[in-house]
Amino acid sequence: MANVLVFIDQPGEALKKSSLELLTAGRALGETAVALNGDVHPAVAAAFAEYGVTAIFQPVAANLDDYLVAPKAAYLAAAATAAGATTVLLDNSPEGKEIAARLGIKLSAGVITDVVAVDADGTAHKSVLAGSYTTAAKATTPVSVLTLKANSITPEPAPAATVPETSAVEVADDGTAAAARITSREQKVASGRPDLTDARIVVAGGRGLDGDFGPVEELADALGAAVGASRAATDAGWISHDAQVGQTGKTVSPQLYISAGISGAIQQKAGMQTAKVIVAINKDADSPVFEIADFGIVGDLFDVLPQATAEIKKRKG
Amino acid sequence: MKIVVLVKHVPDAQFDRHLNGEGYTTDRDESILSELDEYALEAALQLAEARGGAKAGNQVIALSMGPAGAVNAVKKSLQMGATEGVHLTDSALAGSDAAATSLALAAAVRHLGAVDLVLTGMASTDGETSLVPAQLAERLGLPQVTFASSLTVDGGRLTARRDADTYSETVEAALPAVVSVTDQINEPRYPNFKGIIAAKRKSITTLSLAEIGVDPAQVGHAGSWTTVTAAAERPPRTAGTIITDEGDAGIKLVDFLAAQKLL
Repeated sequence: MANVLVFIDQPGEALKKSSLELLTAGRALGETAVALNGDVHPAVAAAFAEYGVTAIFQPVAANLDDYLVAPKAAYLAAAATAAGATTVLLDNSPEGKEIAARLGIKLSAGVITDVVAVDADGTAHKSVLAGSYTTAAKATTPVSVLTLKANSITPEPAPAATVPETSAVEVADDGTAAAARITSREQKVASGRPDLTDARIVVAGGRGLDGDFGPVEELADALGAAVGASRAATDAGWISHDAQVGQTGKTVSPQLYISAGISGAIQQKAGMQTAKVIVAINKDADSPVFEIADFGIVGDLFDVLPQATAEIKKRKG
Repeated sequence: MKIVVLVKHVPDAQFDRHLNGEGYTTDRDESILSELDEYALEAALQLAEARGGAKAGNQVIALSMGPAGAVNAVKKSLQMGATEGVHLTDSALAGSDAAATSLALAAAVRHLGAVDLVLTGMASTDGETSLVPAQLAERLGLPQVTFASSLTVDGGRLTARRDADTYSETVEAALPAVVSVTDQINEPRYPNFKGIIAAKRKSITTLSLAEIGVDPAQVGHAGSWTTVTAAAERPPRTAGTIITDEGDAGIKLVDFLAAQKLL
């Protein structure tokens, strides 16, 4: 069996769903160890045992979080060597991809990002060119580094629980010497809505909202959805840039994507065409978004959205 | 300051894009300067201008790796205001993955002598892996600052702001460094008539792998550490039911969601 190393950064009090997905994917490839950065809360330790983790590595250096990625990559390279790992799995966040990038060079390992499924032989599946192709790719090197998109697989505990052993890993100094230092960090106010990239449902608004995101936000809250936006809406300052879906924003592949007041220019389509079901509401019957919508409504979103929101609330009681 | 900006010639996302041939490489007809690289170039031009521009010895070198057509990305960069252009081209480079690309680009950057800053876009708009800036930094042994939404340089240090979904942070690094910038950092200028005329007088250096000391076996399909084993075009989405609101479209929408078990 291959040895798989899963990187989990600052799990806090409980493992995130995306971490459980990594552990599940890892187990399909071989014996799974975890390279952890941060403390092991009892619930996290229990999850590791439940998900069949055989070994846990922790860094000797405690200040990895003071720097951008370089020391984390140095730590992970040391842990991969200690674990004898032939596959390293990370989450597909921007930081996960960057650690993977530097780790790939350190280990002379092929890196594949945006992975949605992995076969037992290490073949990784992903979408490219904004969802217009699906491809299978494989590392040609002895070690491979994969970053797995959230919501790609269903987390499943191991058939039998394990008792993982914990060991410490020294982090080489060169990791921090060539690193950028984080000098301040401000938390943003939490919206209480799901993360856009991980959300099961996304309600997105565009130019047609004319500055008023209220109807979109109310429908999103009735559905437990994340709020997205077109570039026109974020550039106009109607909503934070974090909400932008599309070529230069976030790519989402939810179960349901509701597009309101967005014409569906190609950059917008690029961000959401892997959504399972697309609903579009737009005044202009000629909008390109109707070419790809499973259900399209030609109408005024200021009538349609509030009516739908009220109806959902009524049916949900 | 001597700034190198990586500029990529990518298929225009306004059109359908295709993978071709044995290695499933991207079809590069109808290619343009990657939109996201324009922000990196603008950031470089602003840093250079703030220090007195080319007259004061500031250099903004646009570097592109790619086949013959990639020189167009360099030309556009010169029209926007880059002081010189470098086109790394060699048939052995075709099919390079991020690891092979970063190896060739690292050798090209070293070939250009001491550089203060390497600026890139946040990702290419074709491969979209966003691996190359970090791999280039690792190969050059430099700090990387990625996804910068603002950038200042003072003496030998840079300060950048980065915005994530749940936090914003400020980072500092010593120069030289590799920095990737987001589309929030600035508003890229359009080439004006003067810039287009001036670009004709600027030099573009063409480099081959031999000139930068890279063995052809280290790059291209042969030197890549990943290989694409299969590719299939996703069937185009087809339009479903389209209705015109007659006062009850919101209810019909909820009926549709209920039928799809999405409520």
